[in-house]
Amino acid sequence: MGNGTSIGRVRGLGSSHQGTHHWLLQRLTAVGNLVLIPFLMLSLALLPSHDYATVHAWVAKPIPSTALILIMLNTITHARLGVQVMLEDYIHEEGGKVAAWLLVNIVPFAAAAFGIISVIRIALGGA
Amino acid sequence: MAQARSNRPLSPHLQIWRWGPAMLVSILHRITGNGMAFAGIGLLLWWVGAIASGPEAYATFLDYAWTGASGGIAVLTALLGKVVLVGLTWAFFQHAASGVRHLFLDVGAGYELESNARWSTLTLVFSVLATILFWAFVLLR
Repeated sequence: MGNGTSIGRVRGLGSSHQGTHHWLLQRLTAVGNLVLIPFLMLSLALLPSHDYATVHAWVAKPIPSTALILIMLNTITHARLGVQVMLEDYIHEEGGKVAAWLLVNIVPFAAAAFGIISVIRIALGGA
Repeated sequence: MAQARSNRPLSPHLQIWRWGPAMLVSILHRITGNGMAFAGIGLLLWWVGAIASGPEAYATFLDYAWTGASGGIAVLTALLGKVVLVGLTWAFFQHAASGVRHLFLDVGAGYELESNARWSTLTLVFSVLATILFWAFVLLR
């Protein structure tokens, strides 16, 4: 990045050409959430009890465990995109931007991995 | 003149403005979304991780997040857990209704002042009613 002419100061600071993909993915995952989250809420509300055996048996069934893994992928992707936009709007210092970049690119993957491995463990009878 | 002016759109200004439903719904969309991203997914992972870890871990989760049965600090966190859970259901209904509104706005519908304000207000009414209905169903059935 140059610092002489006005074109030199702005060159390389433009769009990263990923805005449309971000925008579209936010909406695709939103539609997914409109199915997945009500399914989770209604299923939990309809369970006869919330003791360990009942809840474990419910999660272990094929459709609930599939839905939960989809939530770990779809909902966490949606959350990641939304948190990214929020951080971009409010954090302006370079140090903060680096911290935000690390947060948005590491935590969601760790969260999804933990969630998915937990569901697989329940579904395949680890515990 | 005053009557005619009151129906005209207000220019954005740093100090001279008043709340409109679309502004409230807009900032609530961000607050509820980020609230769910951190508190909601955090709680979901604790819940599913506790079930995967076995009956003792799940008992600890239930104790700290809902019943407070072991006393002490768990009473406090269980109270907080109830507030957070009810808050999360409201946040979901508000964010979902507001999100569906955004999907309509995305195709270019609903920008007229009156319908924009009406649909914004309706998301607020819906989220409160849906939250009450959901918890009435959970607790009273």
